[in-house]
Amino acid sequence: MAQSTLAQEPEVTIERAGNKVTAALAGYWTAEHARKVEALVGEIAAEADRSNLILDLKGVKRLDTLGAWVLDRTRHELGEKGLASDFVNASQEQHILLNEVAYRGFQEQPQVRRSRFVDFLVDVGQTVTGAGSDLVRGVAFLGELVSAFIRVVLNPRRFRGTAVINQLEQIAYRGVPIIVLISFLVGAIVAQQGIFQLVKFGATPFVVDLIGILVMRELGVLLTSIMVAGRSGSAFTAEIGSMKMREEIDALRVMGLDPIEVLILPRILALIIGLPLLTFIASIAALLGGGVTAWIYGDISPDVFLTRLKASIAFNTFMVGIIKAPFMAMIIGIIATLEGLAVQGSAESLGRHVTSSVVKAIFMVIVLDGLFAMFFAAIRY
Amino acid sequence: MLERRPPVSTQDRDVIIRVRGVEVGFGDRTILKGLDLDVYRGEILGFVGASGQGKSVLTRAILGLVPKRAGTIEVLGENLDGLSPSERRMMERHWGVLFQQGALFSALTVKQNVQVPMREHLNLSERLLDELAMLKIEMVGLNPDAADKLPSELSGGMIKRAALARALALDPDIVFLDEPTSGLDPIGAGDFDELIATLQRTLGLTVFMVTHDLDSLYTVCDRIAALGDGKILAEGTIEAMLASDHPWLRSYFHGKRARSVMAGGA
Repeated sequence: MAQSTLAQEPEVTIERAGNKVTAALAGYWTAEHARKVEALVGEIAAEADRSNLILDLKGVKRLDTLGAWVLDRTRHELGEKGLASDFVNASQEQHILLNEVAYRGFQEQPQVRRSRFVDFLVDVGQTVTGAGSDLVRGVAFLGELVSAFIRVVLNPRRFRGTAVINQLEQIAYRGVPIIVLISFLVGAIVAQQGIFQLVKFGATPFVVDLIGILVMRELGVLLTSIMVAGRSGSAFTAEIGSMKMREEIDALRVMGLDPIEVLILPRILALIIGLPLLTFIASIAALLGGGVTAWIYGDISPDVFLTRLKASIAFNTFMVGIIKAPFMAMIIGIIATLEGLAVQGSAESLGRHVTSSVVKAIFMVIVLDGLFAMFFAAIRY
Repeated sequence: MLERRPPVSTQDRDVIIRVRGVEVGFGDRTILKGLDLDVYRGEILGFVGASGQGKSVLTRAILGLVPKRAGTIEVLGENLDGLSPSERRMMERHWGVLFQQGALFSALTVKQNVQVPMREHLNLSERLLDELAMLKIEMVGLNPDAADKLPSELSGGMIKRAALARALALDPDIVFLDEPTSGLDPIGAGDFDELIATLQRTLGLTVFMVTHDLDSLYTVCDRIAALGDGKILAEGTIEAMLASDHPWLRSYFHGKRARSVMAGGA
């Protein structure tokens, strides 16, 4: 590494004698000088047009696979034009290298040409059948889950209580701060906007009804589900996906353990227990946020707030929200595990499935919430 | 089986890696305690030692992947501690590493994997980039149709070969191999040894090979260094190892497995 940069450049001196061209190479014919090497070789090839070529390697200080490859490729290309060329004065190592690297064509993989329109139709078709098979897999998996649950109920020794508690800690306990914070803020924002709009009609006190009903019926459970889908759904997919990648799931199977019982049931049970608890906490936090804002912006004192709240919401308002929570938990858990089990070998595939797990779970949570809204409206609950 | 090359005399050979008094530890556990080692240009050094003695730790310390507490490491005559970031980058072009599990980038095809270091370090035309990648892939004995496969579609032996092709992408002076034949069947392991020996001769490589494979030690290694107790227990040719009366070396080279290899090789 101590030599001057000048000496490291590849060089060539071309001499013509009769119909013989001698190219005396010198310096470093290595990958560092790839562009120069290619340019020089182009010069040699141009000069050697219609005459035989001798490549003199005497002055070459260093030759690597790139240099050897480019030189031998030139020799080959000249040969195809019917021109002979030869290496002289190659050292023993250079000789071995030139032989090893001897030119060979690498045929390109044929590219299949398709029209954009057909590609688009294929994409649409694949998406539709993909969505259909997702649904079928989801229902089939629900069946497996229920049968695993029944097996565990019939044989309680197979129930993994420790795993459920551990998952509860991860999903519910450690999720409390962020969910409380977000719910508090959203409650406050909704209350503030409610006051600003309702004050035009002189109906400021109704902001308490607005907050109470909205939070209890919809916002609490929706915010919690979306947060849990992002926090815990992605974690499930990543855990199960990386276990699948490293054959840990297969290892469980060959040991006679059912991966659904060992890995998935505890997680989904923990979700089903944890999500209603979190929903309750989130609702309280949102009410608190709304109450504080109502006090500051609407001059509604805490006493008044609580009295109005008591009048505006009933037990069924609370139940509408909390009933939805276990279903949300179920759908988040099923989507997360299915995506996890679909992970293939690469890190990229893991990333793709984690993303699609979160996106699908949030989408399904909102769809399910809409279906519940229609259902409760129909039964006038 | 390969013909063993005559041992080159230790004089007039330049030292390509010089390790002096290296100490590495994690927490209050010291793994390497003042280790000295020389690797000479153009040799294949086999590095042996019981599991957990720190063979991989030394390799990783030379590569700068784990910090050392004391000592110096010189590669190609340069002290690695004194290098500026750009000199460090230059240095990294001079070595290639074959990790135990291959460490191929799982989202890239074999060909793209081989092209990663070339793209980063060299200024090549697309045509040369393709041709050189295919050349390296062929040199390590892979079929050209493996070039467009993803690592997850390859068998264990193919992964090792593809990873070797990537390690050789920049025509390095030194190649570090971490248990290159582990997980290969005996025939595949033999082929791989032969491949390493061939490449070593054609490309003039220096090979630093961590291995447990007695066959590799017998057939391709010029010199062997044995690690134990945080230091080099012994180094020298296989004959020197066999003659050593250190208890661990005796059980390693004269154990039941070793005897069967010797009987088969002799």
